[in-house]
Amino acid sequence: MAANSYRRSDVFKKNLPRFFQYLVLSFVTLIFVVPIVILVFGSLKTRGEMFSFPYTPPNPPQWDNYVQILSMSSFWLMLRNSVVVMLFSTAGVLIICSLAAFVFARIQFRGKDLAFNFLTLGLMFPITVAIMPVYLVVRQMHLIDTLLAVILVQTAFGLSGNILILRGFFLAVPVELQDAASIDGCTAFDFFWRILLPLVRPALAAVGALTMIVSWNDLLTPLVLLNSDKLWTLPLGTMQFQGEYSSNLALMSAFVALSAVPAIIFYLFAERQIVAGLTAGALKG
Amino acid sequence: MNMTQARRGDLKTNKQTYSPRRVQDYLTIAFFLAPAFILFLVFLVYPIFRSVYFSLFNWNGLGPAVDFIGLDNFKQILTDTIFMRAVGDCLLIVVLSLCLQLPLALALAIMVGRDLPGRAFFRTIFFMPYVLSEVITAIIWLGLLNPDPSRGFINALLILIPGIQAQTFLSNIHEVMACVFIVLTWKYFGLHLLLYLAGLQNIPKEVEEAALIDGANKWQLTHHITIPLLGSTIRTTIYLSVLGSLTQFPLVWIMTKGGPVNASEVMATYMYRFAFVRFQLGYGSAVALVMLLICLAFSVGFLRLAGQPDYLGGI
Repeated sequence: MAANSYRRSDVFKKNLPRFFQYLVLSFVTLIFVVPIVILVFGSLKTRGEMFSFPYTPPNPPQWDNYVQILSMSSFWLMLRNSVVVMLFSTAGVLIICSLAAFVFARIQFRGKDLAFNFLTLGLMFPITVAIMPVYLVVRQMHLIDTLLAVILVQTAFGLSGNILILRGFFLAVPVELQDAASIDGCTAFDFFWRILLPLVRPALAAVGALTMIVSWNDLLTPLVLLNSDKLWTLPLGTMQFQGEYSSNLALMSAFVALSAVPAIIFYLFAERQIVAGLTAGALKG
Repeated sequence: MNMTQARRGDLKTNKQTYSPRRVQDYLTIAFFLAPAFILFLVFLVYPIFRSVYFSLFNWNGLGPAVDFIGLDNFKQILTDTIFMRAVGDCLLIVVLSLCLQLPLALALAIMVGRDLPGRAFFRTIFFMPYVLSEVITAIIWLGLLNPDPSRGFINALLILIPGIQAQTFLSNIHEVMACVFIVLTWKYFGLHLLLYLAGLQNIPKEVEEAALIDGANKWQLTHHITIPLLGSTIRTTIYLSVLGSLTQFPLVWIMTKGGPVNASEVMATYMYRFAFVRFQLGYGSAVALVMLLICLAFSVGFLRLAGQPDYLGGI
């Protein structure tokens, strides 16, 4: 056996697939990055530049669009509304789901499986399907055109999946811990509050990060439940802005880019939590 | 093995220990479950029963519903060619997703494998569109798909290829669904890739090594080891993808409003148009119920055929 030819084919075999892999990945990366880059380029141009050279790099970058958007009070109002809705929905989901998940993971009672299956039924229909019925009920409750309605609906539709995820994490906490705590005279609530929750902080972070993203990006709930522009959230406002300023593409790009910035910054910081939440929801373990 | 069995035994005996001994336990259960149940009943269960009632009326939302028409709304939905078109478009997205989007994501995930240097970087990039809202995605692609090659980037690229002219894309009834599908893929590809990558991470390295030692080639390894072991992940992504395709709304609504001439109508845009643009709340309720039944039928059928995906089952 010729050692030489063996080694050469070995090197070839090792490096060619790597090269090919990176080639494919770079190509796919371009597909994902170019649209976002073009958006950012567009936002840094004047209206005229945008019209004549829509997708070249801005030279020099014009920050006027950003200044103009950031000096609009309506932008800050939308940002505030989005933040309020996101924080309350996430808090609601975290509190309500961890309470329920604790019961399902740690306390035995008759009808537990039935109750659990009932609560996770919500996984079978996404909010799009139910928004019309929900609208009727919110209207009946006279909550139309309030942020409270958006928060309640987003929380309600976050329940099923997140109870499931948190229950999985809670089940992984050793039972012995609860035995020890209860011997020491800990009530169920004390155990939940003082021992379990601190232990599963990473799980709470994962669920929280995922819920924040879902709430931040939600268009349909605010679109259906809110009327007055004072209450618009960012996705809703972005959609309306797009209709209004379709002639000034550069300004619109700046608005879209600015409304994307919080999500992207949040993603870069919380990627691990978001990924953990998604995979916990979708995969075993 | 013995450890897990012993543990399971432990849990079983513990079951008795944790059966409610005192009233306090019942109180805990009630207080802890009450918020979830109340929200769930008020915003999910009750609305659906409410809309069953309203779906039997011709009602525009003003004043009480009095014009009882029985099942006429449903009859009208099922004979409306536009609704059938919407169902067809949803099914088209489902089929394209299952035949193109998921296999591509799976292939890329397997190609990346579990230890390619820079893997995390690529994952971050590919997953980015999932984090952007549908509104932002739709607006970005509205610009890219502009029919004028001096404005739209895709057309600018296309006309560089000899013999190809600028396309009208979203305003062309034959191209609009393809465009919608491409944008959907851009947005959701990263999610599926992420799930597959995580699934690959769960496959024990030893299994693949053993197969390689036994003389399996790369293709055999993928075909007989990797894909079967990814089974539950693949089931999950299929479930998510189909349910998502059946209920897609914001992207389609912002990019095309279901047009041109209903060519890109999906069930959700149809429902939204009747319920919230024309304010036919009775008819809209009926459409929502039909959608709900379709989703439910799919879920039940899927669980029967493919077994409980982990997404729905106990973790």
